[in-house]
Amino acid sequence: MLKDIFTKTKKKKYATIPSETAKQDVPEGIMTKCPNCKKIMYTKELVKNLKVCFHCQYHHTMNSKERLASFLDADSFEEINANMISENPLNFPDYIEKLEKDREKTKINEAVVTGTGTVNGQKIAVAVMDSTFRMGSMGSVVGEKITRAIEKADELGIPFIIFTASGGARMQEGVLSLMQMAKTSVALKRFSDNGGLIISIMTHPTTGGVSASFASLGDYNLAEPGALIGFAGRRIIEQTIREELPEDFQTAEFLLKHGQLDAVIPRTELKEKISAILSIHQPGGDFQWQEN
Amino acid sequence: MAGELEFERPVVELKKKIAELKEFTKTADVDLSSEIEKLEARLGKLETDIYENMKPWDRVQIARHPARPTTLDYISNLFEDFFECHGDRAFGDDEAIVGGIAKFRGLPVTVIGHQRGKDTKENIRRNFGMPHPEGYRKALRLMKQADKFRRPIICFIDTKGAYPGKAAEERGQSEAIAKNLFEMASLRVPVICIVIGEGGSGGALALGVGNHIHMLENSTYSVISPEGAAAILWKDATQAKKAAESMRITAPDLKELGVVDEIIEEVKGGAHKDVKVQAAEIGEVLSQSLKNLMVLSEEQLIDHRYNKFKSIGEYSFLKEFIGVK
Repeated sequence: MLKDIFTKTKKKKYATIPSETAKQDVPEGIMTKCPNCKKIMYTKELVKNLKVCFHCQYHHTMNSKERLASFLDADSFEEINANMISENPLNFPDYIEKLEKDREKTKINEAVVTGTGTVNGQKIAVAVMDSTFRMGSMGSVVGEKITRAIEKADELGIPFIIFTASGGARMQEGVLSLMQMAKTSVALKRFSDNGGLIISIMTHPTTGGVSASFASLGDYNLAEPGALIGFAGRRIIEQTIREELPEDFQTAEFLLKHGQLDAVIPRTELKEKISAILSIHQPGGDFQWQEN
Repeated sequence: MAGELEFERPVVELKKKIAELKEFTKTADVDLSSEIEKLEARLGKLETDIYENMKPWDRVQIARHPARPTTLDYISNLFEDFFECHGDRAFGDDEAIVGGIAKFRGLPVTVIGHQRGKDTKENIRRNFGMPHPEGYRKALRLMKQADKFRRPIICFIDTKGAYPGKAAEERGQSEAIAKNLFEMASLRVPVICIVIGEGGSGGALALGVGNHIHMLENSTYSVISPEGAAAILWKDATQAKKAAESMRITAPDLKELGVVDEIIEEVKGGAHKDVKVQAAEIGEVLSQSLKNLMVLSEEQLIDHRYNKFKSIGEYSFLKEFIGVK
């Protein structure tokens, strides 16, 4: 019996979203408990470290506001299409109420925030998905805002950077959600053919229709450590193939190993690494192209 | 009759009764012809009632009918000189997607489509029409070839979805689908997509970025299967019937939502009742579609596709700003 206790504690715990009771373990605000290593730390310090756990490097969820603050130069962000909101094209019961509730909760109007800003002085168009709004799911507004941000990048001749965080297509808008995959991809192709630079940074989670469209279409596809990235859900796959999947299945590291990503980059190094990529796309050096 | 569906049972039963009566009059000495006439009139009315008032769930049943014509059935009935091309040139040949070159009424074209099996053995070979990444990459290879030789591309859509498997994820199911959406955007030839059965989510869309999207009357196109939607929304997959209604997945729904261009009328009771007639019906729509698109320049075709997808979706703007700041 005593042995059981020891083996139990030794057993590796899965990193999951903390349950309601676990959340209440720590008084809200001042302290934060890491859902991965269970260690407690000052929220302020954690935020200063870009919400990366000091002990186990677990990357806590960032909302769009935090992400923009962590990545763009201070006060450089100019939002576009902030007021765009969803309709209820299928007359889906409770959909409008759910949207209103999330708007209230998150203080944003939809699951993506778009605009322009600078990264170490280099101007970019940016789209940041927000998993705290309807799980970051993509409906008409998310598709349209991202498309308009790509068009903005095209118009201004600046790079397009997207941070993805999404459970996939939004069911309540049915096939219109599905078509946003095509809309965004078609826009990216035009931008790309005009020479535009696309960088995709996949954060936890990037699944379903979002992973099967713009998230995978960067000239550089990057991800944060430990992020869940995949097309089909783990449970569906297990039921289909009737075998248990490896623990690291569909993590950023798994994708890197299988050749699906250029790099997995810790959040604390993200801004500098991307800044370096941006700079490599600027002309420079003491060399001249022969003009024909 | 084999493969009858529940909603059409009254028709089937009445037909049986009429056949029995006819058989009976042959041997017996009574004249029942007026009776039979009456019943036949009733049958006609019943058929109209049932087949013209089909519920979304009835259409789902027809779309999934085991005998429903597949891509290869339409290829053999619509095209000449079909030459099938195999393989993605990188990993393997996925038989859940077939593709090749052919002629349509004399015009060289490239044809690609999801391919289901009709029996268990063929379904195993075809993986039930659920592709792996190499299937999508084969499709893209053939589309680029069509672009090179300036052949219109015709895609038949008929899949429950991309295969949810371990190997599929390892080989980049997401990337393969995404790349098709991306590359189809800039094809310089007409792309015509026809949903002939089930259009299941991203796995269907990966062959679906066309200038024109047409749907057979009883086919479906959706972001998730009715069963999947019911499981997520109400934690109960048996509510699929209800989900089929609220998700708006039938051809008339998609036409109304601005996704689909033409609804192709089906043979009464479904395409499986007469594949030849159905193929001819598709041929007419396809022919008109080609005529409309082949007048466009390469650039116009790309713009046409861009605008088609840009216009899909519904949104509005709030007057006052609530967003982040």
